[in-house]
Amino acid sequence: MTRDEIREGLAEILDEVAGVDTADVEEGKSFTEDLDVDSLSMVEVVVAAEEKFGVKIPDDEVQNLKTVGDAVTFIEKHI
Amino acid sequence: MTGSRIVALGHYQPARAVSNDELTQTLDTSDEWIQSRVGIRSRRIAAADETVADMAAAAAEKALANSGLTASDIDLVTVATCSSMDRCPNVAARVASALGIPAPAAYDLNTACSGFSYALATADHAIQAGAARNALVIGAEKLSDITDWTDRSTAVIFADGAGAAVVTPSEEPGIGPVLWGSDPAKSDAVVIEGWQPHIEQAGQTVFRWAAFALPKLAVEACEKAGVKPSELAAFVPHQANLRIIEPLARKLGSPDAVVSKDIVESGNTSAASIPLALSKLVERREIPSGAPVLLFGFGGGLTYAGQVVCCP
Repeated sequence: MTRDEIREGLAEILDEVAGVDTADVEEGKSFTEDLDVDSLSMVEVVVAAEEKFGVKIPDDEVQNLKTVGDAVTFIEKHI
Repeated sequence: MTGSRIVALGHYQPARAVSNDELTQTLDTSDEWIQSRVGIRSRRIAAADETVADMAAAAAEKALANSGLTASDIDLVTVATCSSMDRCPNVAARVASALGIPAPAAYDLNTACSGFSYALATADHAIQAGAARNALVIGAEKLSDITDWTDRSTAVIFADGAGAAVVTPSEEPGIGPVLWGSDPAKSDAVVIEGWQPHIEQAGQTVFRWAAFALPKLAVEACEKAGVKPSELAAFVPHQANLRIIEPLARKLGSPDAVVSKDIVESGNTSAASIPLALSKLVERREIPSGAPVLLFGFGGGLTYAGQVVCCP
């Protein structure tokens, strides 16, 4: 799966869970600052991403996923 | 086999209501932020000299009056609390003393926010075993004493109050088998530690557990009682956070059940939240007498306990 495909998958999740416009989901965007995803919605995104990509994202890792790019990199490495 | 049932409830909340706007005078937060993150509009905070035992006794006195029993009929008093700072006597003994209950078994129980469901189960078991006849089961907290009022992530959540139930023997069991357990690997997610402690919690860890691991356990609690979630008249989960209560209720699959959202007006009162919320629903006649209600507590430990009860 390419980085773009992972990002597009995340965009679908972000749209569904937090009502984020898929066009806004770029690698450099911060979940909290730019996309207005709060800490609890972030958990919902993470759980949905685990299911979609078949990866495990531990509780301790969630706080390190500051940007869309961080999440794409984590998923790419663990897929 | 003889079972037990809840015959009456009572609750007590301190007089002082603290709005979100009042909190913004001392904390960098806003009404919008608090409502969107936890769903709380207002909470009750006890007076400086008002204790956990005072609130527990006030709730218990109302429950006892509603039951038609007298103090001398009660032979077991149990109080679920995680915020009573005095070690001895326990809160149960103080409640018994305040109400003139002459010689009850008296014990406190601490499983934090799941405490009421744990205490209700122990009272049910004691009655079934013949170790007690009429029990007072109380949840009472003064979380304002153990809240860091400079920490905006917790100060907006926690509050004070008490709720109580009178439990008596019943030919038809009115308290279903408890589903209880814990996830001790996550025990650091909620802590009230040390001397002069403050509640600290890892919000994301607790949310993930509560919103995604608990729904199937809530369904299991119904199965234990032989009740389908769709048959529930009401669902009274621990009032932790509206963002937890709503998905939990949705995933439970009981679209017609009244779902308690007392957190909006009362905040998170830990072990007090379930009896407080249930007592209010019953007082407002929102649940028909005899109808099945799922109580489901969860929190620090991380512990959980739930059971289906018949509405008094």
